[in-house]
Amino acid sequence: MDNSRLHRFTVVVAVCTFLLVVAGSLVTSNDAALSVPDWPLSYGRLVPPLEGGIRYEFAHRVMAALVAVLTIVLAVWLERAEPRRWMRRLGWAAVGAVLLQAGLGGAAVRLVTPKTLTIAHACLAEICFGLVVAVVAGQTMQLAEIPRISDPAPLMAAVALFGQAILGAMVRYGAAGVGFHIIGAAIATILVMWAGLRIPLRRPALALLTLTFSQVFLGLGAYMARVVNVTMPQPMPLTVAFTSAHVAVGSLAFGAAIVLTMAPAVAHGGVALA
Amino acid sequence: MKRFWIGSGLVSALVATAFTLASCGGSSTPTEAPKSADAGAPPAGGPAATPDMDNGGTITGKVTFDGTPPKMATLDTSANPVCAKAHATSPLKAEEVVVNPNGTLKNVFVWVSAGLPDKTWQVPTTAVTIDQNGCQYKPHVIALMAGQNLEIKNSDPTNHNIHPQPTVNQDFNESQAPGTAPIDKTFPRQEIMIPVKCNVHNWMRSYISVVSHPFFAVTSDDGTYTIKGLPPGTYTIEIVHEKYGKQDQQVTVGAKESKTADFTVKG
Repeated sequence: MDNSRLHRFTVVVAVCTFLLVVAGSLVTSNDAALSVPDWPLSYGRLVPPLEGGIRYEFAHRVMAALVAVLTIVLAVWLERAEPRRWMRRLGWAAVGAVLLQAGLGGAAVRLVTPKTLTIAHACLAEICFGLVVAVVAGQTMQLAEIPRISDPAPLMAAVALFGQAILGAMVRYGAAGVGFHIIGAAIATILVMWAGLRIPLRRPALALLTLTFSQVFLGLGAYMARVVNVTMPQPMPLTVAFTSAHVAVGSLAFGAAIVLTMAPAVAHGGVALA
Repeated sequence: MKRFWIGSGLVSALVATAFTLASCGGSSTPTEAPKSADAGAPPAGGPAATPDMDNGGTITGKVTFDGTPPKMATLDTSANPVCAKAHATSPLKAEEVVVNPNGTLKNVFVWVSAGLPDKTWQVPTTAVTIDQNGCQYKPHVIALMAGQNLEIKNSDPTNHNIHPQPTVNQDFNESQAPGTAPIDKTFPRQEIMIPVKCNVHNWMRSYISVVSHPFFAVTSDDGTYTIKGLPPGTYTIEIVHEKYGKQDQQVTVGAKESKTADFTVKG
């Protein structure tokens, strides 16, 4: 069966999910997370007054609704057109994650931002993106079975990058000191380099390495922007720009690590679809 | 499949570890205001009491700023045309540090942090008002007693949300459309310098101090304060500023006696 249209659609879902992560980051960076105090409606209606921080929060909600619909369509399409059961399951797992994510976001609004919920919301966003990326990777690499993890390096890099996403969220919400995140960055970078050196696929490995190194510099930039502007009224545009870019590139690096985790199955002779 | 679940387990373990770290400790951002909850405060209990305005002692003083007054940052209100219009001729300034023309410091919270007898103090029936006016909180720092009514007004022709971030009281986040009735709230527990913000207009910041007794004040345009009706005794007078933190000093005051306790804050 020619699933090229399904593949293109999956890529669109992945791009939209990535944009949703960026939109979420802009909400937090602009301190606009609670500018709309009610949920699922906004100021008691479908479209709130679009002013100040409400613009960021409402755009995030609209984007989230779009991604939820697209992810459900993707899962249904996979169910009908995808012969591999594990890929169909990935699609439904993405639906579950997106719906849970919506629930977490709503709960964070209704319960006035308990730290654990907002941190979980930020982390689950990475998982949502990662699941859709995994579907794209499964389609691209034409894997017949669940990838055999013959080399632990990419998996460990992916776990380390996800750990960094957790620590980064904790730092943003004041639940941990930046020191944990810096130590985590060092560990993640070493693991990514290890994975990059071991994997014979040059381009994905180079992409992961480039993204991770960029991420380190963006992290430094975000921290320095915060330090330099500490006496200025927050949030400053420079801090918003660096922090959002840090979150965005972090997601891309995590996605790249997932692709590499699945890739060795091909590189090491994993079964590919004819 | 087995490896997939091992991978999932690793991720879960990492999440659990991170959340454990989160619950074990945290850090404060450099701009976070100093906070103290129930620190050195007299516990509630005993008979209800009121300040003795006729025979009680009085402590007055001023908070002087030592150093070059920092330039008040101009706030960018362009995110909302209503706010921008309100400050078209006179840009809105950050009120983090306001040095008065006489060299004193405005918006300093002053209170008796220790020394009061173990009494329950009568809560005033009048409300303390905070107004969202010109896309800023007026006043910037307010204080009220635990259980006293806080009236939140919106005098602006635009939407606001008021979002205090207490640690020992219950937080809340409510929107307030233009022209709507004031919102009434109370804080049942003592908590000093609760940050308040509006997430619609991210430059709007304010602080609310909640005290379990009536002996507190906030310095205004002349940097002075007065605390009246104190029972004779030795008290710790503490000042708290959102940027410069805390200072305190001991003051002994008798019946009908007036004492001065001045403070100097280094910039």
